[in-house]
Amino acid sequence: MTVMIDTGNRIAAKAAIQAKPDVVAAYPITPQTTLVEAIAEYYAKKEYTGEYICVESEHSAMSACIGASAAGSRTFTATSSHGLLLMHEMLHWAALARLPVVMCNINRVIGPGWNIWVDENDSISQRDTGWIQFYCSSNQEIYDTVIQAFKLAEHADILLPVMVNLNAFILSHTSLPADIQEQHVVDEFLGNYVPGWKLDIDNPVTFGNIIGPEYYYKIRYAMQQAQLKAKQLIPQIAQDWKKRTGYFHGDLIEYVDCEDADYILLAMGAIGAESKFALKELRHKGHKIGLARVRVFRPFPEEDIIRLGKQANLIVIDRNISVGNEGALFTETKAALSGIPDTSVQGYIAGLGGKDVTYHDIETMIEKAMKGKSTHQIWYGIEEER
Amino acid sequence: MALKDMPVDECLLQGNAACPGCPATMGLRLVLKALGKKTIMVVPACCTAVIESLYPNTSFDVPVMNIAFEAAAAGASGVEAALRKQGREDITVVAWAGDGGTYDIGLQALSGAFERGTNFIYICYNNQIYSNTGIQRSGATPYAAWTTTTVGGKTEFRKEMGEIVLAHHIPYAAQTCISYPEDVYAKVSKAKGIKGPKYIEILAPCPPGWRFSMDSTVEMGRLAVDCGAWAMWECENDVMTFTGKSKLLLEKKVPRKSVEEWIKQQGRFSHLFKPQRDAARLQAIEDDVDRTWERYRTCYLKK
Repeated sequence: MTVMIDTGNRIAAKAAIQAKPDVVAAYPITPQTTLVEAIAEYYAKKEYTGEYICVESEHSAMSACIGASAAGSRTFTATSSHGLLLMHEMLHWAALARLPVVMCNINRVIGPGWNIWVDENDSISQRDTGWIQFYCSSNQEIYDTVIQAFKLAEHADILLPVMVNLNAFILSHTSLPADIQEQHVVDEFLGNYVPGWKLDIDNPVTFGNIIGPEYYYKIRYAMQQAQLKAKQLIPQIAQDWKKRTGYFHGDLIEYVDCEDADYILLAMGAIGAESKFALKELRHKGHKIGLARVRVFRPFPEEDIIRLGKQANLIVIDRNISVGNEGALFTETKAALSGIPDTSVQGYIAGLGGKDVTYHDIETMIEKAMKGKSTHQIWYGIEEER
Repeated sequence: MALKDMPVDECLLQGNAACPGCPATMGLRLVLKALGKKTIMVVPACCTAVIESLYPNTSFDVPVMNIAFEAAAAGASGVEAALRKQGREDITVVAWAGDGGTYDIGLQALSGAFERGTNFIYICYNNQIYSNTGIQRSGATPYAAWTTTTVGGKTEFRKEMGEIVLAHHIPYAAQTCISYPEDVYAKVSKAKGIKGPKYIEILAPCPPGWRFSMDSTVEMGRLAVDCGAWAMWECENDVMTFTGKSKLLLEKKVPRKSVEEWIKQQGRFSHLFKPQRDAARLQAIEDDVDRTWERYRTCYLKK
């Protein structure tokens, strides 16, 4: 094992090449660029010996990953924001074709106006594509999650693409230490990729031709079952990784001080990480507050959230907005608790457009929520409490 | 190769879902005879997605991956990279797309794949319309042709996709027509033996789209070549050679038939003849073909 002190992007690239993909197809976009540049460096130094296709768009990046995966290859790509949006059609395609492509997405604001800072609307607006979605909060977690993502995606019961999200700049461009495993540890953990199906001249099959409603309905059902199965496999795969490495980044949710909590904060990504400092302050003041950092948004950890909702009042902070309704985590948390008596969910929108969300801000939001009774999600810094 | 000498094996199976008289099936039969079973096809949204037949059946005896409309060349790039990594460069990767998926929505991915030197054959079967969606105009639709989106006739001339491809300076590019099976077979066979990006465009007269009788597909293609509305050529390492009747036209060894002879047999141009003759547009069509061939002579005729 070695310690690598580097940016989230470069650590993600390291994890990706240690997984030894056969094909990487990628297109540059700020702030993902340093990730694909790192892979290009590994490729030039022959530390990455797969194929590297420098495509002419993100749509083609995902299309090429689909083609490569369909031909039996382990594939990887990375993108961000508008790049992810341009891929949208092919995200659906990869998932419906049950191709285990692994992708890092650097969560970045959608224009106009042009803004390269953090915001999770890019990946949240892909939540219905069938991709499994992780949200990381440290470089170590990025490393562990990217490697585990291949194992999960390629599992015979899953065969779905996996998106590992890291927040723009806060993670993508911030140097933090991560323990990097020896190559043989990764090799033994992942094993060889065994495709669920592939283009094979000895067994010529047509994939994706016209299909009637009966079969299509079953394909959707099978995808749903695979997503639900991932709820069990994500912690199992992480436990396997822990046995080999000592690290555990695998629960659907990371829990901090939840055991005795009266109030539990739900957040994702960098806000989830920053919240740990707010928690310390609030605990110091005597508040029984816990944190549930949602690591996996698809599949949605409904059962865990029900358990939390029965135990404590929930406070949700969303760095995304489904305009015309609410932040996605807030909506889905309320949906999970629907019909369960004596539960309470309050919510905030914060940090859109890369607006800084400090632990002081989080502390303020939590303290106000502990006094308030608002049922609609409050835009922190714009709307007053009611 | 003479028709009688072509392989008898069929990779396009009987009972497929094509319309009667479909030129795409003629092209597919010839292409797959030339390429054989060590072929993987990538097919975007186009009539061929229908010709493949309804899941769980298929009319193809080679592996086929369907992909989104604009993604054929990019998807094929991925397949090709995977095969290269697997050391299976003996397998031919073919993207098979219509003119909509080539001239219009798929042009960017196509250009990218050519620029990257992708080792594959991109074949455009050009029926000059979006036929699978029910006859809408494409960048390949000729001037004055009726489509459901050019109700009074298209007001623009088609673009020269083949020459757009030539600007990529790929090792091999060709235009042919389903009416000349030996020519199709020869060009596809030649492409198979060349490493790097290859482009072949096959004119594919579509009976329901062009509004002609389903037994006239071959004749419609021949007339298109005879009148100069379509040119057959191949360009190998930037050396251009016109082939078949098109060579004679280029060298002015035969007079070109009037385009009118070709279009008067197609319902999509009937508004140029009824209720009265539209002399202005008919003249514009002939003038355009003349200009095109003069330009071909300037650019490609060996002096």
